Amino acid sequence: MNDPVSQLLIALAGNPNCGKTTLFNEITGARQHVGNYPGITVERKEGFFDLNGQRVHLVDLPGTYSLTAYSQEELVARDFLIYERPRVVINIVDASNLERNLYLTIQLLELGIPVVLALNMIDAAASRGIEIDSAELSRRLQVPVVPTIAKTGKGKDELLSTSVNCRGQDGSWSPLHISYGPDIDPVLDRMEAAISASAFPVGLPLRWIALKYLEADEQVIDQVREADPELSKKLEVLAEHVTEHLQKTLDSYPEAIIADHRYGFISALLRDGVISKNEKADRLFFSDQLDRVLTNRLFGPMIMMVVLYFIYQFTFNYSELPVRFLASGFSALGKLADSMLPAGPVRSLVVSGIIDGVGGVVGFVPLVLFMFFAISILEDTGYLARVAYMLDRVFRTFGLHGNSVMAFIISGGIAGGCAVPGVLATRTLRSSKERLATLLTAPFMNCGAKLPVFAMLIAAFFPARHVQAMFLLTLLSWIAALLLAKVIRSTILRGPSTPFLLELPPYRMPTFKGLLIHTWERTWQYIKKAGTIILAISILFWALMAYPELPEEKKDRFAKKRQEVLSDVPEPVRASLMEGREQGASFPAEVGAALVALRSVDYEEAQAALQYSLAGRIGSHLERLTVWCGFDWRTNVALLSGFAAKELIISTFGTAYSLGRSKRGADVPLSEQLAADPEWNPLRAVALIVFIMLYAPCFATVTCIIKEGGAWKWGLFSMIFNTSVAFMVAVVIYQGGRWMGVGAG
Amino acid sequence: MSMKTIPLRMMVSGQGGIISKVRANGELGRRIRDMGLVPGTAIKIQGRAPLKDPVAIRVRDFTLTLRNNEADHILVDVDEAS
Repeated sequence: MNDPVSQLLIALAGNPNCGKTTLFNEITGARQHVGNYPGITVERKEGFFDLNGQRVHLVDLPGTYSLTAYSQEELVARDFLIYERPRVVINIVDASNLERNLYLTIQLLELGIPVVLALNMIDAAASRGIEIDSAELSRRLQVPVVPTIAKTGKGKDELLSTSVNCRGQDGSWSPLHISYGPDIDPVLDRMEAAISASAFPVGLPLRWIALKYLEADEQVIDQVREADPELSKKLEVLAEHVTEHLQKTLDSYPEAIIADHRYGFISALLRDGVISKNEKADRLFFSDQLDRVLTNRLFGPMIMMVVLYFIYQFTFNYSELPVRFLASGFSALGKLADSMLPAGPVRSLVVSGIIDGVGGVVGFVPLVLFMFFAISILEDTGYLARVAYMLDRVFRTFGLHGNSVMAFIISGGIAGGCAVPGVLATRTLRSSKERLATLLTAPFMNCGAKLPVFAMLIAAFFPARHVQAMFLLTLLSWIAALLLAKVIRSTILRGPSTPFLLELPPYRMPTFKGLLIHTWERTWQYIKKAGTIILAISILFWALMAYPELPEEKKDRFAKKRQEVLSDVPEPVRASLMEGREQGASFPAEVGAALVALRSVDYEEAQAALQYSLAGRIGSHLERLTVWCGFDWRTNVALLSGFAAKELIISTFGTAYSLGRSKRGADVPLSEQLAADPEWNPLRAVALIVFIMLYAPCFATVTCIIKEGGAWKWGLFSMIFNTSVAFMVAVVIYQGGRWMGVGAG
Repeated sequence: MSMKTIPLRMMVSGQGGIISKVRANGELGRRIRDMGLVPGTAIKIQGRAPLKDPVAIRVRDFTLTLRNNEADHILVDVDEAS
């Protein structure tokens, strides 16, 4: 793009599963940069290194089977080649799967870009009895061919020096011409003539543009149409003509004929002396034998359940220690700030706004890290493809993809997950509609932060059925997520499912280095992309709950109340009381009683302040609506805070009921308080539980949805859609229950 | 040895054949062809997923899975006997 002349731009291209990323990691090590192509979620990986005094800029293109315009990955790869014009493309091909891998190579060569072929995994090919004469292949293809083993780095240096030396001297491209037979070739010639006769400014091989017209490639056709409508019309007519002709005579399409000839060209290329196989015809390779067990009708699903359960355990249990470590670190930091800063808005901002906010961002990091590590193992071994294969039938029914299961489970499909890593886990999905539907519905799962609220409400109203109730809630969340996915896929994301056609790559042992790089780069992206937004919104929420402050007169009233309590006790007790308030020591009985009285004044003030704050006012205004599902302003404000983080629902509830935080001990637990409250009944509790299960995800999740979905609208959609669904379901439950005479409250 | 042509969906596990025609066009057709499923290609059914769909086939030295409704577009010449 704007590389200085002294820098050599090299691109890495290849099929998925050909070892491209391994090779890229081997070359650039940790000195790589991962970003996104503007506006879309395809990762852009690049690295810089020096080779014999030459500065090289290496870009790892997304793995693709072809260079059409059907997927984001392919478009990105193609646009990069066309617009940034790398001097050389290193095309990595899997030696044990050469025919299909060369299909992309042919398309690169037709584009005319200088190519160096890396014949990768020659060791795996040799073990399968496949020998390739790379010198002969190089002679026939007219491009340098270097045998490599990406995993061990073998052939890497030769590959790089060959690439640096082979760059086209003047940067000109010399496209490969393939014959497409008597029907297509003449048309291509006429199209070429038409393009060269026009004023269309070409930086591309004429024949390539002509081919794209025959392949009905919308992107290229649109571009030509925009630049030169007349030329485009001419080409379209020619393409239409040959399409009609082929349909009449051969019952076929130009694109089919083109693909046939490309594969025919490859077969001819490999015939007689390039490739020799001494395989025993039907030998089952190790990988196939593994598949006999791992995708077996009976054992396959059982093993898969164990694996998924283990991933879940790994993500949430093993990360517990670092999570707790970070949490206590941040709470210590909060206390330190608490003691160092004078009381007032600044202290409140630093402690409740900034430190809690940063803690919230960083607190997810161990989870995200462990989740990505576990998923990287599944991906790199090839097992993830088997999961998709086995579950496709189930998830397709709901318009999703077999790999959606990962996001659901991590989000809380096994109760207690977290939607932030869950949403990020959708990265493994390549089909965009299925991916969006998955990341929009994964937050319906019962994440770890919703569970304490459920537990509290269940303890208050269904104490005898705790386990059953929790199980029922897990089941409900799956049903809700899948049904709503179906709704989304048949409305806003309507359309046929993306073709499945999934390769089951041979099982491979992942390299530790590869796993670490993979895990780290994804985690770092979370910190960088989501972190700042999460921090900003958490400060906003702090302000929402803290401002406006109680007017002075009201503050004075609470101060006076405290004075009254204090004046009732004798002087020496008062002194120890003031001290005790700070330190929580043990006191004689009369001091204790006064202390309780003082604390209840504190709670009353906190409640009054919350009600007076913007959040409290919003909660009160919403009562008009939420009365339909039985929520008063206290519930509303707790739910509002739950948008900041579901963990806050309980503590806000407590404040709204002028209760102390549970850690202070002696207070009546919230669940008992609610159970005793005449305003509350089991029906209202059920409506609330279901509402909490379904309503807007916390904003950390919303931020991830925006980042992963690639647009703000998806974040907005998830807030509005989920809350509307939650509201409707809660109203149906509450009103329906009342109508049936359950819990008339 | 007589041959007959059947859709890929109808093939049984372990059965082999030669692709005679791919009827899909558009994106699905493109994907099928990108994966090397063009007329004249030898394939063999490797197995089916636990719920009988998708189907896994061996083609050009790799394993490819596709849904039954995608396999419907692919016609295969198989031995009458098998």
